[in-house]
Amino acid sequence: MSAVLEMGGYAAFVWPAYGVTVLGLGIAIAFTWRAYTRAKLRLEGLEKQ
Amino acid sequence: MASMFALANPKRFMDASAQFLPWLVGAAALALAAGFVLGFLAPPDYQQGDTVKIMFLHVPAAWTAMMAYGLMALTSLFSLVWRHPLADVAAKSAAPLGAIFTVLGLVTGSLWGRPMWGTYWVWDARLTSFLLLLFLYLGYIALWNAIEDEVRAARAASILALVGAVNLPIIEFSVNWHTLHQGESIMRADGPQISTVFLWPLGLSALGYTLLFLALWTVRIRTEIMQRRARSLMLGDHA
Repeated sequence: MSAVLEMGGYAAFVWPAYGVTVLGLGIAIAFTWRAYTRAKLRLEGLEKQ
Repeated sequence: MASMFALANPKRFMDASAQFLPWLVGAAALALAAGFVLGFLAPPDYQQGDTVKIMFLHVPAAWTAMMAYGLMALTSLFSLVWRHPLADVAAKSAAPLGAIFTVLGLVTGSLWGRPMWGTYWVWDARLTSFLLLLFLYLGYIALWNAIEDEVRAARAASILALVGAVNLPIIEFSVNWHTLHQGESIMRADGPQISTVFLWPLGLSALGYTLLFLALWTVRIRTEIMQRRARSLMLGDHA
C-alpha cells in the first residue's frame, strides 16, 4: 500500500496530477450539466406560459 | 458532409443528439475508466519511473485541447462562409471545454516536467505555443462576452478562431524546434516508439477524453440552443 502511495518517489508529482485531472474533468462535467438543466427548466417554464 | 449540413438545423440537431447522447456518454465513461485503471496499473518506465502515469493524463488532455480548437476553427469557418445557424453555436460551445483541457495539459505537463527536466516550465516553442492556445481560448470567450449583438460577436469570434488556428501546426511541429519536449513517439511513419504496455492505456485515455469532449460539447450545444430559444420567446413576449 505504501509503495502505491509513494509512487516510486514521485508521489509529489503523480498524485497532484491525478487530483488536478479529476478536479478539472469534474468542473467541466458539473458546469455543463448545471447550465443544461437550468436552460431546460427555463425554456419549459417559458413554453408553458 | 451532407448529413452534417442536415444536422446544422437546430431542431434536427436536438432530435438527433437526444438519440446519440446517451451512447456517447456511456462510451466515454467506459473508455475513461479503462484508460485510468490500465494507466494506474501500468509498470514504472525504465527512465521515467512512476511519472509515466502522468503521461496518460497529460497527452490525452493536450490532444483534446488541440482537437477542440480545430473543431472550433472549422465550425467558425462554416459560420463565416456558409452562415449555418448551428455553426457559431457549436464554435462558442467548444471554447470553455477546450480551455479546461488546455489547463489540464499545461498543469499535468508541468508536474511531469519538474522531476524529468528539472523545471516546471521553460519558454521554448512547444510550451509557449501551448500556453498561447489557452490565451486564444480565453480571448475567444472574452470576445463573445464583450459584444452584445450575437451576429457581430459570432463574426468577430470566428475571425479570431480562424487566425488563431495558425497556432495548431506550430504546436504540432514545435517538438522539432530546439525544445525540452520529446519528439513525436506515437504517430510516426515507422510506427509507435513506445511499449504496448503503455500504448494501450494511452490510447484508451485519449479515446475517453475525446468522447467525453464530444459528449460535453453536444450538451453545451443543446444548452445554447435552448437559451437562444428562451431569449427569442422572451423577446416575443415583450414585442
